Amino acid sequence: MSTSPVPLNDPAQQRRSFLLVVCCTLIGAAAQVLIKTGANALGPSPTMVQTALAMVLTPALFAGYSLYGISTILLVLALRHGQLSLLYPVFAMTYVWVTILSVVVFHESMNPYKLAGILIIVGGIAVLGRGGSS
Amino acid sequence: MSNTPWSSIAWVLGASFFGSFGALFLKIGAGKLGKSIVSVATNWRLMLGIAFYLFSSVLFVLGVRKGELSVLYPMVSLGSVWTLFWSRLILGEPLTRPKFIALGMILCGIALLGLGTR
Repeated sequence: MSTSPVPLNDPAQQRRSFLLVVCCTLIGAAAQVLIKTGANALGPSPTMVQTALAMVLTPALFAGYSLYGISTILLVLALRHGQLSLLYPVFAMTYVWVTILSVVVFHESMNPYKLAGILIIVGGIAVLGRGGSS
Repeated sequence: MSNTPWSSIAWVLGASFFGSFGALFLKIGAGKLGKSIVSVATNWRLMLGIAFYLFSSVLFVLGVRKGELSVLYPMVSLGSVWTLFWSRLILGEPLTRPKFIALGMILCGIALLGLGTR
């Protein structure tokens, strides 16, 4: 029933898991942007039923939640062979993608704080990618 | 910060805490992944992980009804601190220096993003 065990620290496997989580974060960020776009069409205070219907009937919301599902599946596949303490912090990459997408899609302003934040997060993730598994 | 009530902060910190259990159980469930769809759907560890995530997002939504997103959103990232604890305590993973340095940098970066968003 279970797949053959893989050594926890196999570097090639660890790297593949790492890249898979980075993909997850990009898909997760796209999902957030789609959900925000769809939620804007929903009105200021929708009821539970309206929200549930909109999740299926509004294309942007449906696509957004579907992408969340896909990103969860990819995350599970990545976690199969990688260390949680190494892979989970990579999720912060979502913040970076959302900030960039918000500037591109919603024309939010870029400022020095955001730029510094993005650089430091990417730096931190690079530290994990290079030395975290040793 | 002054416009963000303590109750909102408590909800969001709760969301980050329960979310970290979501990550933990997804990891444990992923280690016992079967080949068929049925075995995935009956993998209770995986399902418990997803349930923790859903519960955590409900708490988050309750938290962000009031207060500033720029303050509350970065707090979710504290979930990765909890997750580091469980990785060591429950999964027995090594906590190396690069992991601490990386987590510190990531938390600083997210705080800066929060400052840039207000």
